[in-house]
Amino acid sequence: MPYLVHSPQEREEMLAAIGVESMDDLLVDIPSSLRIHELKLPDGLSELDTMAEINALAGKNRVFADRLTFRGGGVYRRFIPTAVAAVTGKPEFYSAYTPYQPEASQGTLQAIFEFQTLIAELTGLDVANASLYDGATAVAEASMMARVHTGRDEVLVAGYLHPEYLEVLRAFGEGRGMKVRRGEEPTAKTAALVFQQPDFLGLLVDARGLTEKAHAAGALAIACVDPISLAILAPPGEYGADIAVGEGQQLGLAPSYGGPHVGFIACRKELVRRLPGRLIGSSFDSAGRRGFVLTLTAREQHIRREKATSNICTNHSLCALAASVYMTYMGEAGLRQVAETSFQRAHALAERLAKLPGWELAFPERQFLNEFPVIVPKPGPVLRKLARKGILGGLEVGRWFRELRGVVTFTCTEVNDPAAINQLLEVLTS
Amino acid sequence: MSEPLSFELSRPGAEPPRLPAPGLSAAPSADVLPKEHLRVKPADLPRLSEAEIMRHYSRLASLNYSISEQFYPLGSCTMKYNPVANEAAAALPGFAGLHPYQDEETVQGALELMWRLERALCAVVGVDRVTLQPAAGAHGEWTALRMIQAYHHSRGDKRTEVLVPDSAHGTNPASAALSGFQVVEVRSGRDGRISLSDLESKLSPRVAALMLTNPNTLGLFEREILDVAEMVHATGAMLYYDGANLNAFMGVCRPGDMGFDAVHMNLHKTFTTPHGGGGPGAGPVGVKAELVPFLPHPTVEKADGHFKLDFRRPKSIGRVRSFYGNFGMLVRAYTYVLAMGGDGLTQASKDAVLSANYLRKQVDGVLEIPHHGPCMHEFVATAHNLASQGVRALDVAKGLLDRDFYAPTIYFPLVVPEAIMVEPTETESKATLDAFAEALKEIVQEAKTNPAALHQAPRNTPVGRLDEVGTARRITAYLTGQSEEPVLRWKRAGK
Repeated sequence: MPYLVHSPQEREEMLAAIGVESMDDLLVDIPSSLRIHELKLPDGLSELDTMAEINALAGKNRVFADRLTFRGGGVYRRFIPTAVAAVTGKPEFYSAYTPYQPEASQGTLQAIFEFQTLIAELTGLDVANASLYDGATAVAEASMMARVHTGRDEVLVAGYLHPEYLEVLRAFGEGRGMKVRRGEEPTAKTAALVFQQPDFLGLLVDARGLTEKAHAAGALAIACVDPISLAILAPPGEYGADIAVGEGQQLGLAPSYGGPHVGFIACRKELVRRLPGRLIGSSFDSAGRRGFVLTLTAREQHIRREKATSNICTNHSLCALAASVYMTYMGEAGLRQVAETSFQRAHALAERLAKLPGWELAFPERQFLNEFPVIVPKPGPVLRKLARKGILGGLEVGRWFRELRGVVTFTCTEVNDPAAINQLLEVLTS
Repeated sequence: MSEPLSFELSRPGAEPPRLPAPGLSAAPSADVLPKEHLRVKPADLPRLSEAEIMRHYSRLASLNYSISEQFYPLGSCTMKYNPVANEAAAALPGFAGLHPYQDEETVQGALELMWRLERALCAVVGVDRVTLQPAAGAHGEWTALRMIQAYHHSRGDKRTEVLVPDSAHGTNPASAALSGFQVVEVRSGRDGRISLSDLESKLSPRVAALMLTNPNTLGLFEREILDVAEMVHATGAMLYYDGANLNAFMGVCRPGDMGFDAVHMNLHKTFTTPHGGGGPGAGPVGVKAELVPFLPHPTVEKADGHFKLDFRRPKSIGRVRSFYGNFGMLVRAYTYVLAMGGDGLTQASKDAVLSANYLRKQVDGVLEIPHHGPCMHEFVATAHNLASQGVRALDVAKGLLDRDFYAPTIYFPLVVPEAIMVEPTETESKATLDAFAEALKEIVQEAKTNPAALHQAPRNTPVGRLDEVGTARRITAYLTGQSEEPVLRWKRAGK
């Protein structure tokens, strides 16, 4: 059988060494009424047949070419350097355990320490943690921090936060006594004002103004940000936000039908002790050699149990590693180039789409980066037509927001080359 | 051996990578966007060539122990070999290239895989439905408790307490507390199993659920589980199964048959998806019929040979994660299930139990084993009899690192002093188990003859024992403004 190591003879030898007759003698504590005779699953397959079956399932999916994908909504096609998979594919990284024994885990620990620094630099804040599950849970965890920090129980969500992030925030809040409300006017009950920059539609919000509003009411400002946008846009640290969170999928991770990706969270140093999840710090051994360790673990569940800041005991280390390789490969100049190319292509596309008969920008007065909402006559048939031509068109956002029926958001990144953009326009005009 | 940080290797003059230019006529962002939106100070990221980056990470990789190179006898963590076919499967463009908002007709294979995996997990643990959405075990625990809470609320029953044994994983009380429950501890009896009399005294109409793992964290099967279930259900509470120890009995018995109403599973333990140095994992939750209405949405449904995402679930607790969970991990786990099949999974569990009992026998007498066997897939020993030499469980663990083994779980469960918790899994050979037992013997011998040497361990690792207390102190100094040295990140000197 695949992956098992004991031979029948070794099993006999081991039973004899234990001093029992049969396997059943080792299972005597299980009441006989609970024993089942077989697991109702088909017998195992050879690797050849396993992969044939898996390939058949993969083959039932339709994969749109990166360059012909104009759909975003939280998951984006980006150029992923080959170096990323070459690093994350190393078994020393992917098959290592959580670094609880620091002397045997310096590779993971140092890589994550670098990740913390990269995120802190990008967001302009003091400290970032070792990562979280995804952007949605990062928003929820940040809100929880604010609730505990301020002792207030309302979380206010401004504008168009990703609707699934809002749903996760609501699910987290329930049972923890957190009231989640949409609005932009914080009061004395507000723990945090949460906003997304650019928002779910791709539009820029007045991050500075919202932050000031939050602070004036004694609430924290939580900015949910697109990491690549921060090469161009003011980072949360520059406009005074207290906590920055976001989804790191764009930093070198495949769409993978929505996961695994990676959430990140960074904050001002006054809030560090309220950060959920793991934190890596630098240290020294007795010979004076630098090394890295999990630190401030007194916040965590395995020490604090029911008094922990969060129940999280997993970060997304390997995804954080991918993001680190990506950011290191790109450097500040590379990230800026990618963000700028995306910006200019998206603006060129927006201008052309707005000229199509019946099409118009949904919020022409608002600024955007590389995703934007357009009012599209009969979006359903239009998107189906594009799909027939191998193009994954924009995202219908009316599915989440009644007032946005007929609005489609389009995304452009560095992978959507000018020829791909022309191809999209040709299909739309044909 | 040490490796500088990427930031320290950085060369300011290094060329950025070659990337596409816009190629279309549009104004640059700096000309379009109002100044208040623009970044003032560029992020201080490293600048390195690809060759330097690859070497940097290769050197970092060489500083790690991993299951591909070392035996990880980590109790409760089920560190099995991670099949490489799983990795190949998840990387297939037909999975990795899917956008989560593609139309259903274009992702039928992905939905079918999720549907099939759900059925397989239902068969293994004996439940009616499974949600694949939670990203990790603790996330699954919390999801299950939210469903149990919603179930009670739907019946107008405001239960406020959750019972957790004193031997439970730390995530259990944390998850319960974060769902808004009061945590009440239930004591273990002398044999390490849950005390029925203590359970009886803690059960009341206030109790929403008992969280239990079986086998318990001592590796012992809870023989009276059927009585436990009856007592819990008689008070209207639910029984929750912490699936950390599921590897003990796949194909032998099922939590659902024991009376568990909600069951979480760790695909990164039992179903061989890699730990990734601390994630991503996946923590599906299985439930019996009465909890099905409360499952997170969307669920995957099959009708007329067509698979669809069902968002119309009015009693659902909502979403616990964006999209559909850690899909890539689901692909890996399903690949493993296909390769193993019902026969293979059953044999895997039996071999895990066999390995644990065999190793237990080899270790018995070297270290004290406080509870009588047989054990299931893991056992707990104690180093407390080395205390007279001044040697602790931590020293034993570090001694193992020097002998090229990862350390067992130590100081857990809390009910055993100086605990050393060993879980060998089915993918370690008899020769490896023998070598591990030999290493332990050597360490115990060293504890008696030269304990000072053990206090210096490990010496063969890239760094020795790190000053964690000093680190915490330096962090405090930084956080309280008494020091500029950040410790939790790199910072350019004089910045």
